[in-house]
Amino acid sequence: MNDLRDLYQEVILDHNKRPRNFRIIPQPTHQANGLNPLCGDRISVYLDIEDGVIQDIAFQGAGCAISSASASLMTEALKGKPVADVDYLFEAFHGVVTTERECPNGLGKLSVLAGVRDYPSRVKCATLAWHAVRAALEERKEAVATE
Amino acid sequence: MNDMSALYSMTSGTGSPLGELDIARIRADVPILRQQVHGKPLIYLDNAASVQKPKAVIDAVSECYTGYYSNIHRGVHLLSERSTAAYEGARGKVRAFLNAASAREIIFTRNTTESINLVASSFGGSRVHAGDEVLITGMEHHSNIVPWQLLCERTGAKLKVVPFTDAGELILEEYERLLDSGPVRLVAFVHLSNALGTLNPAKQMIDLAHARGIPVLVDGAQSVPHLAVDVRELDCEFYAFSAHKIYGPSGVGVLYGKQALLEAMPPYQGGGDMISLVTFEKTEYAELPNKFEAGTPNIAGVIGLGAALDWLNAIGLDRVAAHEHALLEYATARLDEIPGLKIMGAARDKAALAAFTLEGVHPHDIGTILDREGIAVRAGHHCAQPVMQRYGVPATARASFAVYNTRDEVDALVAALWKVKEMFDL
Repeated sequence: MNDLRDLYQEVILDHNKRPRNFRIIPQPTHQANGLNPLCGDRISVYLDIEDGVIQDIAFQGAGCAISSASASLMTEALKGKPVADVDYLFEAFHGVVTTERECPNGLGKLSVLAGVRDYPSRVKCATLAWHAVRAALEERKEAVATE
Repeated sequence: MNDMSALYSMTSGTGSPLGELDIARIRADVPILRQQVHGKPLIYLDNAASVQKPKAVIDAVSECYTGYYSNIHRGVHLLSERSTAAYEGARGKVRAFLNAASAREIIFTRNTTESINLVASSFGGSRVHAGDEVLITGMEHHSNIVPWQLLCERTGAKLKVVPFTDAGELILEEYERLLDSGPVRLVAFVHLSNALGTLNPAKQMIDLAHARGIPVLVDGAQSVPHLAVDVRELDCEFYAFSAHKIYGPSGVGVLYGKQALLEAMPPYQGGGDMISLVTFEKTEYAELPNKFEAGTPNIAGVIGLGAALDWLNAIGLDRVAAHEHALLEYATARLDEIPGLKIMGAARDKAALAAFTLEGVHPHDIGTILDREGIAVRAGHHCAQPVMQRYGVPATARASFAVYNTRDEVDALVAALWKVKEMFDL
């Protein structure tokens, strides 16, 4: 069970139980839905962007601990950041959950999801919210799917 | 093979007709079970998705390729004659297994899905028209929903759905009402639900449809490994199943159809093997069953299916069913001990599987944690999203049983679920 603790760290369980920014933004400037057809997880992300800065970000949906915690941690990480940083942060995060790469600076608490790299079937859970944010920024209308 | 059944005769006092020695012999027949995953003995409880293969099946496939493989139905040479005999021999075994009247009524396909698509396309395409109705149930696998939706889109027919109760039982009054409420041209329903474990009253449902002159297709993907099916007693027009769920190879499916209907139906796919004469002006089609088997089939796979049926018959389907029933009763009682665990599907007639949710933990997390304990279960919507919507859950975890599963494995599952709760601080 010890290696499972590398996946299900306290921070992840905490964010799963009490997700941060788990709400709807009534009039978001950007919004998109993410879908993982394999497991049925659905997520909606809402962003309020002013002058190229993410003033507010929130999400709603139902998913596993990894996808819920990842979405929650993502909203904390992105709030107040320039939109221009999203791609860099996503690439860095994606590297952490899929490769043995060292955590780059600036990822902060997102690095607790590094344990996902040992569970290839769960990478999609960890990246679903990020895919939804990128879809929102690109103003895609269709729900973005992980498959 | 028949004298093997005498070996599987000890009773165990656990409600199963198969004692520990019997199960040990059966497990010894299935090589993949002898392994560890993540350092723990493999406990394979994902049998509703696909079942592991006995050595007899693996050997039959291997012997075909090493000993006598050739294409069938065309060569005058010895290997082709031998391959053809083995392939047609397997068709005879499937006929006997289903108690069909004739081997001509047994069509080999790729899987249950293709069998259903064959009927939707060939039978549906010629008999279902705008304004007609096709009746299915609310607990169908996507493979018995989408082919009918496609047919309805093509023809302008309507798809109607029989609802089921919270316990997971079809509401037969509603079924009768829907049979009477419009021009229903075909009923298609699942014999044993892969998401709930419900065993539907097939005979009664077929009789009710026949009383109104409506033909019936039964999706038998889950049922055939767990109970004896007699298509002449059921009297259904079509019965579909997959080899890989009944200890056979993947890539082989079966469609049983009544001969007169199959003869009247147009071909599903065109190509070699399904013709008797081809000119550029006109083609005459082959007799049954070849009319529906265009192109070179999965020859070794079909032969493997024949070996799987021999293996299963040697144990005896009645004893398989009784063993699995005892296992399911035991599993249900043990799972019910876990606070927050809810089993989905409580039909009076139920078989082979327990689908459940655990409060506070998503089924995917359950699946990952069980995997690290060596236990393979399915977590997800089980290709039955309407069933998930009916219960308002995104997914469930599902433990599904085969003849080689044991009470010890159920105990390990229950112990691992307590670890899941511990991990999630519940």
